[in-house]
Order: sequence, then C-alpha cells, then structure tokens
Amino acid sequence: MKRYLPSFFSFLLLTVFMELLVRQGAVGESLFPAPSSVFKTLGELHGEFRQAFFETLLNVLAGLGLSVVFGSLIAFIFSLSDLLKKSILPFAIFFQTVPIIAIAPLLVIYFGFGSPTVIASSFIVSIFPIIANTLMGLESASASQKDLFRLYQASRFQTLVKLRFPQAYSHIYAGIKVSAGLSIIGAIAGEFVGGGGLGAMIDSARTQQRVDIVFGVLLLLSLMGLTFVATLALINKVILSRRPFASLPQE
Amino acid sequence: MKDALGIRIQNLFKSFPKRDVIQGLNLNIEPGSFVSIVGPSGCGKSTLLRLIAGLESPTQGELQLSPQPPSSFSFVFQEPNLLAWRTVYENVALPFELSGALKLISEEDKHTRIMNSLKKVKLEEAVSLFPHELSGGMKMRVSLARALVSSPQLLLMDEPFAALDENTRFEMQNQLHQLWQEERMTILFVTHSLFESTYLAQRILMLKGEGAKLALDHKVDLPFERTEELRTSESLNRIVRLLSERLRE
Repeated sequence: MKRYLPSFFSFLLLTVFMELLVRQGAVGESLFPAPSSVFKTLGELHGEFRQAFFETLLNVLAGLGLSVVFGSLIAFIFSLSDLLKKSILPFAIFFQTVPIIAIAPLLVIYFGFGSPTVIASSFIVSIFPIIANTLMGLESASASQKDLFRLYQASRFQTLVKLRFPQAYSHIYAGIKVSAGLSIIGAIAGEFVGGGGLGAMIDSARTQQRVDIVFGVLLLLSLMGLTFVATLALINKVILSRRPFASLPQE
Repeated sequence: MKDALGIRIQNLFKSFPKRDVIQGLNLNIEPGSFVSIVGPSGCGKSTLLRLIAGLESPTQGELQLSPQPPSSFSFVFQEPNLLAWRTVYENVALPFELSGALKLISEEDKHTRIMNSLKKVKLEEAVSLFPHELSGGMKMRVSLARALVSSPQLLLMDEPFAALDENTRFEMQNQLHQLWQEERMTILFVTHSLFESTYLAQRILMLKGEGAKLALDHKVDLPFERTEELRTSESLNRIVRLLSERLRE
C-alpha cells in the first residue's frame, strides 16, 4: 500500500493545483473545469455515468476476453507452423497499424449500432499484443531445454504444454496487461461510431460543450484502467506464489 | 542394474554448412568405462556427444550402441536445464512424463526411483524446493538426479561442472565418481579441464585440429579409488603434463 502513496499524493496535489488555477481565473472553465465541478457533475449525473460505465465495462471485458482466447489460440497455431506464421502474421500486423477509428465505420456497417461493433473494435485493437507476446514467449525456450525434451522423445503437444507454454507465461502476462489498456481505447473508439457507453457520453458532451462531463468520463476510464491493471497484478501474484514461472517482470 | 552400453564409431563424418566438424573418426568405448574427452574449443567434442545422443545425425559413417536398442542413456548439459516452475521432485520426475518407455512404470516404482535418485545426489531433503531456491551446485545435482532416474546404461555429460566454483566442482566430481563406482554405467564426459578429466576418467581421448582428429588415446593409470590426496599427487600431475604438452603441440 505504501508504494501507492506517492502517486496518490501527486494526484491530490494536481487536483488542488487545478482547482486553484481555475478559481483564480488563470484557466477558463470552458476549457478546463475545476475538479470540484467535475466531482459535482459526477454526483448529479451518477445514474447516467453508472449505466454508461457498466455498459463500456461489459464491452471491454467481452473484447478483451475474446482477444485473450483467440489471440492465444492463434499464437499456439502459428507456433506450430512457420509457413502459417509467415502467411497470416502480416494480417495481424495490418490490424495493429491501421488506426481503429478508420475501421470503425466499417464495423458499424457489418455489425450495426451497439455492443457488437464496440466489442469488435475493442477486440481488434487488443488482440495483436497477445498474439505477438504469446508467440514470442512460446519461442523463448532455450535450445538446450528443447534438446532435453527431444532426448526424452517428447511429442510436440508435450513440448507445448510442459515446456513452451509455462516458459511463455511472463510474456503472455505482459501481453494481456498491454491489451487491457488497449481494449478500453478500442471500446471507446467503437462507442464513438457505434453508440452507447462512455464513448457516446463523451461524444454527446462534446456537442453540448460540457467539458465537465468529458473530464468525468476520463476519470472513470482511468479508474477502469487502474482496476484492470491492479486485478491482473493480483492474479499474477497469486499464480507466482504457487509456481515461480521463468523471467517474470517485477511489479 | 541394466548392462552398460558400449559404443562403436566407424568412419564418422559430421559436416555443418560452413564446416566439417568430424572427419572419419573411429572409436570404441568399452561398456562400463569412464571416458573423458578433452580438446580445444570447437574441436568437435560436444558435437560427438550430440551425435551419440541422437541430437544430431551423422553426415556419413556408423555409430552403434551395444547391446542394440532398447537402450537407455541420459544427457547432462553444461547448464542444469531445470524448469523453473517445477519443484526439485517434479524436475526429476520429468523423464517419466515424457519418455514413452518410462511411462509404463507404476506410480509407486516411479516415486521410489525418484527418491533413490535424489538420495544418490544427497538432495532428498530438497524435494519441494524450486530451482531459484537452490545453489548452483544443488541445481547441477538435480540435473544429475534427473539423468539417473531412468537408470541409464550410458551417461553423456557435456562440461557439466564448468560453471561451478572450485569447491562445489570438487564435491560434484567425487560424487560422480562414487556414483559410477556403484552403478558402473558407461560415462562419456566432455571437459576443458585436464585435471578434471584425469581425476575422473579411466581413459582420456583428446580431439584436436580440423575434423576432430584423435590426437591422443590415453589409459589413466591411477588407483581406482579417487581420494582428495590424488588431486595433488605426482602421478596425476604427470598425466596432466603429458596432456598439456600434447594439447600445445
């Protein structure tokens, strides 16, 4: 808990500083709302915020969940065949490099307005780090470890399950952590065009010049991201306390 | 105890795209012998071991293990090669999970053999520890226990003690020699250390130059029992001097 104190205090300090800046008239409230008015708006519109928050959260969880399942599966399949990897990986890179906002209108045409478009957008943005990291992890076993498995005539499946997958753990975890953040970005971009959730709330606030609502949404999105990171760190800690997987990132 | 394996190598060639590592090697290794292979870096020592283990295929020539398969051999690498997420017990149990032939052994027998293996390397108290909780010497002992668990007829060792400090290395050498005296499997031990090869082996093979030419095949005439006094004895030093001269020629 102690290690989170510096970030908590810096957030507090920044909030007070912004409040003073706005109250002293150094920054116009139409550009940057006072933190107190953001909290006030959050209180007044808590029903709308809550509904939008959970709608986005569900879409993000669905998008991220699909990314984890399909990303890992694709990486497993790629790891079994070099030819497959070379022929399909460029498409995965395409999804990573093309801005989601450019694909999002297409998603509305394919999936219609609402959740399916948002989930698809979140999925497309968050799948690549999982594929790339899992693939890198699956190929991270050392040559002598692979030799050891060859000596005992292990099947490809045994090598995958007993060596390559456990060896890939830290890479997979790192991939999911990156994707967790990206899945939120993808969902918000999807909601801009597909409607619903916090993304639509930002869009509607923009048309009304309500920066306090936009900042309220940003605060909630940060909270969502932090909750994801904290949950993942907790799950990682529990797993590591049981099995010390190789080359783990320290948190 | 199964019969130890003998090795017969005839006119063996191994080429890699840019280099002919072994050219026309002929060699006979007696069953139950402790043979060390020395030579400068890149002379083909490890390649020879990998060819015997089946990790590489010969370009040409014959390599026969006798008696004919089914035969069992184990390989100890320079690194302990332990799986970080498995306990000491689980690491030693790995061959039973992977090798088709060893899967048929009953669970009770497996457990007995794992514990016996760990006892041989004096690690029976460390069964539930993970590799990161072990010292370098302990890790190497786990690796040795894993190699012994299948009761191998042939033990191939590729510079297994190279990364250990001197005290641990001496301790491991004594333990290995004692194990060999008890089990009498064939041991093929690759090392850079002339002292180590002389102290451990009954026979020393020196590979040298282009194509892993057999520069020396020396029978070590030292007492069967290896004692600490032997390490500094004149008889051992005389052999080391001979090897050193041959290596520099």
